[in-house]
Amino acid sequence: MEGNLNLVGYGLAAIGAGVGVGLIFAAYINGVARQPEARSILQTIAFTGFALVEALAIIGLGMAFVL
Amino acid sequence: MASVSAQEGFHAPGPADFEFPPIFTVAGFEFTKPMLVIVLGTVFVGGLFVAVSRNFALVPGRLQFAAEGAYNFVRDNIVPDMIGKEGRKFVPYLATLFFFIAVLNISGIIPFLQLPATSKIAIPMFLAIISWIIFNAVGIGRQGFVGYFRNMMFPPGVPKWLLPLLAPLEFLSTVIIRPITLTLRLSLNMFAGHLVLLLTFLGGEYLLFEYGGVLGAVTGVGAWMFGIIMTFLEAFIQFLQAYIFTLLSAAYIGGAMSEHH
Repeated sequence: MEGNLNLVGYGLAAIGAGVGVGLIFAAYINGVARQPEARSILQTIAFTGFALVEALAIIGLGMAFVL
Repeated sequence: MASVSAQEGFHAPGPADFEFPPIFTVAGFEFTKPMLVIVLGTVFVGGLFVAVSRNFALVPGRLQFAAEGAYNFVRDNIVPDMIGKEGRKFVPYLATLFFFIAVLNISGIIPFLQLPATSKIAIPMFLAIISWIIFNAVGIGRQGFVGYFRNMMFPPGVPKWLLPLLAPLEFLSTVIIRPITLTLRLSLNMFAGHLVLLLTFLGGEYLLFEYGGVLGAVTGVGAWMFGIIMTFLEAFIQFLQAYIFTLLSAAYIGGAMSEHH
């Protein structure tokens, strides 16, 4: 079996970002359920936050391949 | 795509699958598959919008309706939220950015191309540098050179004792981290998505044809089915990443325009 232990480390590191993305979309769904007319505003905010959190996971992936 | 050799077992796809031999060479300049995808994507986007804008009709046809709808998505959804009324003059740049990235991303699931050109880091890097130049230029033009960095590093209303910590962090995050994350987010998303697709389809091929037997056939077909599902997910992610790149570029420009962010 061949492979790279870095990727196992990346998998562990991605847990954090996964939890973060989950929290963001949970809050977004909550917000839309409570106030459906705020959907378009919340969507922009949710995706901005998603992009910022996702960056951490993505940087981890880059590190897993580079290091 | 790399083929799987039967003797040595299955080789998982890796970064080496993103290196392509040149299609042809002109005076030492190697023309590779990603460049082909870029040229085709540029011709497609340019051709579509030239063809549509050549003959505008008051009652839009099908093609014009689609193109106008897509352009309006950038103009009416992204820009007003992120920049505000003054954002009108950035709409052409942001729309170009959106369509260029979307088409280069979507080339990852188009048969026979099957390579998201944006997974080569040079392309997102180039686009991120353009966005970086624009939002810094807008900020400096709006607030003056000193004012731009003062507002960025020493935002009003922050306790004095926090400033030594906050100022270098703000500078770092705005000037250095922003273009890097823009680049890495797009490039590595496409890279990872392409790897997953390669893994499911090549792995399914290996299980079905090399491993053989009932077990290989069942798992191989299962892997292909999963690959088809992942292709749809990938299509969604490809549009989402184009949207996010445009959204963040607009947010950075909007942040540079307003004095308080």
